[in-house]
Amino acid sequence: MKLRIRHTKLGKVRFTSHRDTARHWERGVRKAGLRLAYSSGFTPRPRLSFGLALPTGAESLAEFLDLELAADSGVGESDLDGLRSVLTDALPMGYEVTCIAPREPGSPSLQEDVVQCEWVIALAGVSAPHLDDAVAHLLAAPEVLLERERKGQRSTDDVRPAVIDLSVAPAVDDPRPHLCAMLATNGRGLRPTELVAAMFPALDPVDTAARVLRTRQLIERDGLCQDILPADPVATRAPLGCA
Amino acid sequence: MTSLWARVEPLLARVHKPARYIGCEDGAMTPRHAPGKVSWLLAYPDTYEIGLPNQGLQILFEILNDRDDSVAERTYAPWNDLEALMRERGVPLFSVDTHRAAGDFDLLAFGLAAELVYTNVINMIDLAGVPIHAARRDELHPLVVLGGHCAFNPEPLADFVDLVVLGEGEEVVGDITEVVRQWKASGRTPGSRTGLLRELSKVPGVYVPSMYEVEYDGPALRAVTPRYADVPAVVHKRTVADLGQWPYPKHPIAPLTEVVHDRLAVEVFRGCTRGCRFCQAGMITRPVRERPAEQVRTMIQAGLRSTGYDTVSLTSLSTADFSGIEQVARSLNPAGCGTADAVNISLPSLRVDAFTVGLAGEVSGGRRSGLTFAPEAGSWRLRQVINKLVTEEDLYGAVESAFSQGWHRAKLYFLTGLPTEADADTYGIVDLARNCVQIGRRHTNRASVTVSLGGFVPKPHTPFQWFGQNTTAELRRKVQLVRDASQKARGVTVKWHDPAATMAEGIASRGDRRIGAVMERVWRDGGIFQEWSEFFRLARWEDAMAAEGLSIDWYVHRHRDQHEVLPWDHLSAGLHKDFLWLDWQDALAEHGLPDCRWTPCYDCGVCTGYGIEHVVASTTPPAGGSQGTGQDLSRGGDVPVALLSRRPVVTEATP
Repeated sequence: MKLRIRHTKLGKVRFTSHRDTARHWERGVRKAGLRLAYSSGFTPRPRLSFGLALPTGAESLAEFLDLELAADSGVGESDLDGLRSVLTDALPMGYEVTCIAPREPGSPSLQEDVVQCEWVIALAGVSAPHLDDAVAHLLAAPEVLLERERKGQRSTDDVRPAVIDLSVAPAVDDPRPHLCAMLATNGRGLRPTELVAAMFPALDPVDTAARVLRTRQLIERDGLCQDILPADPVATRAPLGCA
Repeated sequence: MTSLWARVEPLLARVHKPARYIGCEDGAMTPRHAPGKVSWLLAYPDTYEIGLPNQGLQILFEILNDRDDSVAERTYAPWNDLEALMRERGVPLFSVDTHRAAGDFDLLAFGLAAELVYTNVINMIDLAGVPIHAARRDELHPLVVLGGHCAFNPEPLADFVDLVVLGEGEEVVGDITEVVRQWKASGRTPGSRTGLLRELSKVPGVYVPSMYEVEYDGPALRAVTPRYADVPAVVHKRTVADLGQWPYPKHPIAPLTEVVHDRLAVEVFRGCTRGCRFCQAGMITRPVRERPAEQVRTMIQAGLRSTGYDTVSLTSLSTADFSGIEQVARSLNPAGCGTADAVNISLPSLRVDAFTVGLAGEVSGGRRSGLTFAPEAGSWRLRQVINKLVTEEDLYGAVESAFSQGWHRAKLYFLTGLPTEADADTYGIVDLARNCVQIGRRHTNRASVTVSLGGFVPKPHTPFQWFGQNTTAELRRKVQLVRDASQKARGVTVKWHDPAATMAEGIASRGDRRIGAVMERVWRDGGIFQEWSEFFRLARWEDAMAAEGLSIDWYVHRHRDQHEVLPWDHLSAGLHKDFLWLDWQDALAEHGLPDCRWTPCYDCGVCTGYGIEHVVASTTPPAGGSQGTGQDLSRGGDVPVALLSRRPVVTEATP
């Protein structure tokens, strides 16, 4: 059986990398006693595939992976609810499995499928009026140029097309102003810290984007954007969200 | 004590590999602090990736947290990016478990596995906000402790530490805790630190450098003597008699990020009596104490289940010598381990023979990346000098077995700069490697051999402690001989350790207390992480030695004579000095000595002196090549490669 899983990555564990997350899952499924299907070949690998990388240091309420159970795993669809807590217990602190569903047959991989991600960013050193101005300014701008570096290559790009929506998020038990951004993932995309750099060029983006949280990942079906999988509202103790 | 997390967290967004500093690994116990408890900060003076797998640290972490009267946390050397931010923003060294300041602990205890990390120890003490010199600390500062193999000559760090622990830590940490707990309960009064240290110096296995007077006679050492009558003249190491009573770690720590040795480790025995004369570990950890095979099996089962690892490493100084090895290895299938998937077993420090390779092939679960052997020297003559009694026949049998079972890469470890080494011995390294490739090509065209060359550093408490280390120039010349000779050898690659770093290791390895000032200078000049080539600069060490008026030749390259007072003569691993001297004479006479587990005792002093004996489940030597007993030391010599192909591969392993 092929499964699609949604989970959180919150707290100190956010300082682990995307590759580390893969490591946590490989060990987690073994601790949970799940039998995975393996790739064939000289060095068989368990069939686990991960979605878009979460930047090291960012938290998330919406991480996804696909896995394939071995034919004789003994796990049926009725076991999926119980499996959620078994996996949560087997993963490091900060992970919570919030949804497990059979994967739609023939659906594209997570990497190919996701078109937008929603982020909530707590800002340090930015006042609420300053944020309001910056949001309005960016939304009104026809073009936003940002100089950035990736893999040693410097380039100046117009990042405005990657910003699908931008708003001020309601504050929940955190006095800092929060930015809510819907960012496109196609092409080169736009990272949350890059968005902050574009909005507040005079400030240090790493210090300013004090807390970065991915809240949703969306796919497109029949021209409409939708969540990959809904998070079970009871399971998710969501500390933050967009309006 | 409060957590520094709120101040550490913003720094982590700016550094490489921030996962090094967050703790919260699977299996890490939650330290529970309480005012009456003695708090230990266990420090590894290298990066998290290298330090996390260290078993000694994991074992003590658990033992101290299991006790009612103590609590332990861990810390590792921060990389220089984080260190710069910490110094800039006034954040002191912190623990990774609950992010407490290092200076708030009662003890700051370092495990030392290599000499080039000594400057990191000084750096971490400084980063903790603690005076680097022990003499300047008062009652409010932590006690700085050293342990690990390098503690058997701690003199280069003597000025910076309060106490040194010799030998195995399982029992002695409890004894130290008890003394420190009583001192804390008595109010930690001003001026009481010296009394505390004197009390600690009476604990067996504990050496307090400040309780000893060091006298010199020109450059030579005259004596190291206790200042008080109740301080022991010679400190003896601690040894756990029965490893079966210490099934630790019970909760192995599985890191959240990539580390070296990223697998479950289960220690199958301690000590080694192969008697390799260059090997300090084999000398100072005697006698051999095996863990009961049944306990090994249960530790593997529990460890795999709690960590989720699929690979277990059976650790020791020579795992194929474990008498329960076949019994344990063959029980490690999914049914035996209670795991869903196949279990891979890795056997580090492979013995060089076909039997061992056969076993490695059976248990490696299909992974066939590379195998490593350590013949250590290029000729049978020199291998008798160093007592690494591997014949060419053993080596060729081992590689034949490896290449025929699907491996296509072998790594051969050699030392250069060994006593009596002539160019013929050095060239022998390339001959061996070339012959191994030739054997391999009969099985696969991809067969290749990597020669890894390390410069030999004579170590304290070994028969080679009197030997003058080769100069940097001589080591470079020998490395060049091997490189030149291997140019035309197809499939042979040579890697080598920087001879300049070998020289710095030599300064630390047999240094006395005067070397402390050199360590301090190197550190003040920015010389941290000296085992990392990007940080190492020879000139720093040369300048520091010159500035202190000390001669590199005298400390490193000079042969010692029989009656010289050595800086570690007041510290004992149980080996009689005259046993070591006779073994040194045997070495020079090219006379090998078989393993004493299965032959009469040579009276090295350890078993008789400490009233403990080898704990070996089987009285018969292990199967395999000449490294078992009954070995015929007269063989060796040249074994033509062509001859071997017509012989059957040793088949004892497969009934």
